[in-house]
Amino acid sequence: MPAVSKGDGMRGLAVFISDIRNCKSKEAEIKRINKELANIRSKFKGDKALDGYSKKKYVCKLLFIFLLGHDIDFGHMEAVNLLSSNKYTEKQIGYLFISVLVNSNSDLIRLINNAIKNDLSSRNPTFMNLALHCIANVGSREMAEAFAAEVPRILVAGDTMDSVKQSAALCLLRLNRTSPDLVPMGEWTARVVHLLNDQHLGVVTAATSLITTLAQKNPDDFKTSVSLAVARLSRIVTSASTDLQDYTYYFVAAPWLSVKLLRLLQCYPPPEDAAIRGRLTECLETILNKAQEPPKSKKVQHSNAKNAVLFEAISLIIHHDSEPTLLVRACNQLGQFLQHRETNLRYLALESMCTLASSEFSHEAVKTHIETVINALKTERDVSVRQRAVDLLYAMCDRSNAKQIVAEMLSYLETADYSIREEIVLKVAILAEKYAVDYTWYVDTILNLIRIAGDYVSEEVWYRVIQIVINRDDVQGYAAKTVFEALQAPACHENLVKVGGYILGEFGNLIAGDPRSSPLIQFNLLHSKFHLCSVPTRALLLSAYIKFINLFPEVKGTIQEVLRSDSQLRNADVELQQRAVEYLRLSCIASTDILATVLEEMPPFPERESSILAKLKKKKGPGTVPDPEDNRKERCANINGATNHSSTTANAKASAPSFIGDLLAPVLPPINRPRPVSSLSLLPTPLTPLSLQAYAMPLSPSAGSHFQVSSPASDLLSLGSASTLNSTPPSAPKASASLLVDVFSDNSPTAPIGAPAVVVADENFSRFVCKNNGVLFENQLLQIGLKSEYRQNLGRMYVFYGNKTSTQFHNFTASVVCQDGLNSQLNVHAKPADPMVEGGAQLQQTLNIECLSDFVEAPVLNIQFRYGGILQNISVKLPVTLNKFFQPTEMGSQDFFQRWKQLGAPQQEVQKIFKAMYSMDSEVTKAKIIGFGVALLDGVDPNPSNFVGAGVIHTKTSQVGCLIRLEPNAQAQMYRLTLRTSRDTVSQRLCDLLSDQF
Amino acid sequence: MIKAILIFNNHGKPRLIRFYQYFAEDMQQQIIRETFHLVSKRDDNVCNFLEGGSLIGGSDYKLIYRHYATLYFVFCVDSSESELGILDLIQKMYEKVCLSLQVFVETLDKCFENVCELDLIFHMDKVHYILQEVVMGGMVLETNMNEIVAQVELQNRMEKSEGGLSAAPARAVSAVKNMNLPEIPRNINIGDINIKVPSLSPF
Repeated sequence: MPAVSKGDGMRGLAVFISDIRNCKSKEAEIKRINKELANIRSKFKGDKALDGYSKKKYVCKLLFIFLLGHDIDFGHMEAVNLLSSNKYTEKQIGYLFISVLVNSNSDLIRLINNAIKNDLSSRNPTFMNLALHCIANVGSREMAEAFAAEVPRILVAGDTMDSVKQSAALCLLRLNRTSPDLVPMGEWTARVVHLLNDQHLGVVTAATSLITTLAQKNPDDFKTSVSLAVARLSRIVTSASTDLQDYTYYFVAAPWLSVKLLRLLQCYPPPEDAAIRGRLTECLETILNKAQEPPKSKKVQHSNAKNAVLFEAISLIIHHDSEPTLLVRACNQLGQFLQHRETNLRYLALESMCTLASSEFSHEAVKTHIETVINALKTERDVSVRQRAVDLLYAMCDRSNAKQIVAEMLSYLETADYSIREEIVLKVAILAEKYAVDYTWYVDTILNLIRIAGDYVSEEVWYRVIQIVINRDDVQGYAAKTVFEALQAPACHENLVKVGGYILGEFGNLIAGDPRSSPLIQFNLLHSKFHLCSVPTRALLLSAYIKFINLFPEVKGTIQEVLRSDSQLRNADVELQQRAVEYLRLSCIASTDILATVLEEMPPFPERESSILAKLKKKKGPGTVPDPEDNRKERCANINGATNHSSTTANAKASAPSFIGDLLAPVLPPINRPRPVSSLSLLPTPLTPLSLQAYAMPLSPSAGSHFQVSSPASDLLSLGSASTLNSTPPSAPKASASLLVDVFSDNSPTAPIGAPAVVVADENFSRFVCKNNGVLFENQLLQIGLKSEYRQNLGRMYVFYGNKTSTQFHNFTASVVCQDGLNSQLNVHAKPADPMVEGGAQLQQTLNIECLSDFVEAPVLNIQFRYGGILQNISVKLPVTLNKFFQPTEMGSQDFFQRWKQLGAPQQEVQKIFKAMYSMDSEVTKAKIIGFGVALLDGVDPNPSNFVGAGVIHTKTSQVGCLIRLEPNAQAQMYRLTLRTSRDTVSQRLCDLLSDQF
Repeated sequence: MIKAILIFNNHGKPRLIRFYQYFAEDMQQQIIRETFHLVSKRDDNVCNFLEGGSLIGGSDYKLIYRHYATLYFVFCVDSSESELGILDLIQKMYEKVCLSLQVFVETLDKCFENVCELDLIFHMDKVHYILQEVVMGGMVLETNMNEIVAQVELQNRMEKSEGGLSAAPARAVSAVKNMNLPEIPRNINIGDINIKVPSLSPF
């Protein structure tokens, strides 16, 4: 390396950079850099104090090395030392190094903070600026902690220089962004607002940015800024172009500040004060007028500055959405820009128009530009602009122009950039569905979509078309015909095969009358695609085939032949193999009636929000995809959309959503209920269950239970053999009588023993509100008894499971589930129970309960066991209620009424008047109130027939005092119950609990 | 808010990077590569805005860029910034950088529009300081170029006075002399503002 010579504009740096540039390979470059790093390191470590020039040079070299993508792991200390230098140049370099290279987690922050503190108090504006820059650029939490109080003080101090004020405003803004909790709002806020009146436009600009951010969080604190901002804006807009001197940019007065002021105004609704509002409208009109004036300069800077203000003004007009004339003018202005020769303006016009389209005042006006926008889609050379055009078409679409827009988007899709295809597909699918008057058009559109951009058609899209076809019988025949025709194409997309398979499987019969699409032709057509498809599609096709067997008995033989072939029966894929085996058996064994029941047409899907819309929202982020017409609350958008039983949807996500589940699940309602399943389901091999069962599994907490519910097909198999083997479980005589009925009918009188399990049993629940012991649940097999005790916020419950039969219960498990938010309010720990319960024996389980905060719901006890090989599922609501954590409080009359008054806020009192359900015996009532957990206070109420009680609810986090008054009215057979507690949720819950008891 | 300012050349070599949100070093390099990839494939006469790359925040962020001869100036901003405003700011900043580099390297004869990439590298600190006067912590600090020039001049003067005889190279001294020239009208301007604004305030 050549010797560094001073006096030649950092020659050493120049040499180093040219060396790097001359490096022939990456290796050589790295070598050269390492050499330089070693050199700098030794210089920094060396004894000789470096002069400012050298330090500067080395720091520049380090910055350059960093720029090339190499980590810099030293020099930080040197940089920190430079901060305390008295020389401006050294300080400046130190700060530069730190701003670029020190991240906010550095352990040097404390040292840096010290240096900053010194500079802030130096009263030297240049040093103060450097320090403020550093705080703003690093913006770490430690810095916020250290300076959050200091910076506002500098900002509003009377003697602060303008340039320092500017920096302080932005510094505060940055701290507010990174650590909002640390920046105290205080008396300075009012003074910050008044900075809008400052004489120095730079200060006003910085203050406007600051106020905009603060006002977004605390609009009320900065309300006064509206009038000041309007006044300032008005002065700028109406000023002559020479008035503002330095801040006039190519004949536009203070464009940047105008933009910022217009942004600030977008934090607020239109001003209420008529004068301010009028003035603002005047400003906006002036800005719109200026756009029509001939340009004062041909320079692009002039038009940019002017239009920056104009676009911001239009944004404000759209935000206010209240002045129809302004909105229409804005729309016309944007319309002009749509054909402007400047690409940037076309882009921005499309973007702004998108928001304009959602205003009811201007929606029609926007629609008039449809031809221009479509043209933009076709002719724009720039993908960014085309994308905006797609967005705008989507936003302006309504029933009147949907066909045109969808057609244009479809034709654009053929040549669209790959990056935006998926989005366009989703948009087309949504518009087609939303504005379909004629569902044949919808079906055509989606099939076209699959044809043009099959790879970009996500599952949601084709699920959706199937849902719609299933739900609308007027379109089914057409859909069948169309997919049949579409499948004729020699190469068709796999998604089309899926749709085709599904629709023909369901509705192939509707076109079977035509000899050109006879059952056999349909089948052969589908089967010709089979070998080209992936496993999930093949699985779907197999299901379509079995449906064919039901629809068209005449092709049964052909299909059985296919199923029987080695490539199916011995397929390496276990899913396909199992389907082939089971479908083949089903087709051989089952009678036509059974087949017709099992393979019945799909029932309609429940109406729901389009899953596609949900997908688009997800893709684009919430809020960016306006659903043009309605803002329905987004409901649970299960992508499969097929399971109409709520108990199964929960499982749907967890299991692999294979389509066969969709296809069959709703046809077989009973499998959603727990039912006895023969342990002797005589499947030849230990098959994994069809994924269908994953959908249908009732309350299966463990993966192991996968095997406990077998598929309907295997049931059928076991059915065939069960009768001959006479292997029915002994104590479920009725269940064995007609398994078939069990499997295929929903309201069978021979409902299996475990039937109530789907519904959580709670009939005895309210009996336990005022007592702690008793029988909670009982059926033919099992009795559940409870004993419980509570102290303060803790409780212990003994659960006794009595086996009423003479046979063992196997695999006995009992677990407690706290659903939804309950687990954060209540801790229930269940000790594991013995897995075996002998006939006639009793099993005890202990539950430890801790109340964390007040709660409403009750935990659920889930019990599972095998009885005679049959899985039993029982769920019971555990009577753990809020009042269990009462401690009674004795008090005198005076005390009581004093506290009663203290709890006088309206939300603290809950009152209920209700009819007596039981005889109004005062002794029983007393016993219930005491059982509820409060102390019964005698002689408090002047009316002796009333009951008054007091107690304290103990939760881990708090204690809630509670006063109760119950007034019986024997004549009317009514009660009036009044509760006052310090917490409204507690009052409500206790009132609900207690009012059920009388 | 401005999330990042990237200057790189036609080959994607970074020439100046400034992030206003913390990213690890390797992430910074990936962002530069991604941004270069997005920007460089665009023709020169298409629009100057595009959606941000996935690394820097996706469609919530915009890249606003200008291409000057061998250099790309790219600002990554969120929706709170005016696109055209930022576009102008880039132009202003570029002009300022050119001007000061020309002054600094005393090549006033050089074409104004073509800031030499090398000059930019060799005076990286200067460019950083200019940038610092324009953007602070991701927010635009000052748009008035005269104000910025004044600040940079002030810095240069201090540098000169501090460097003293030992460090200040002779050529830099002459350069600073040249730079002092535009200062005179600026002082007058400030006077103007002080006079004019009160006369407007009765509004």
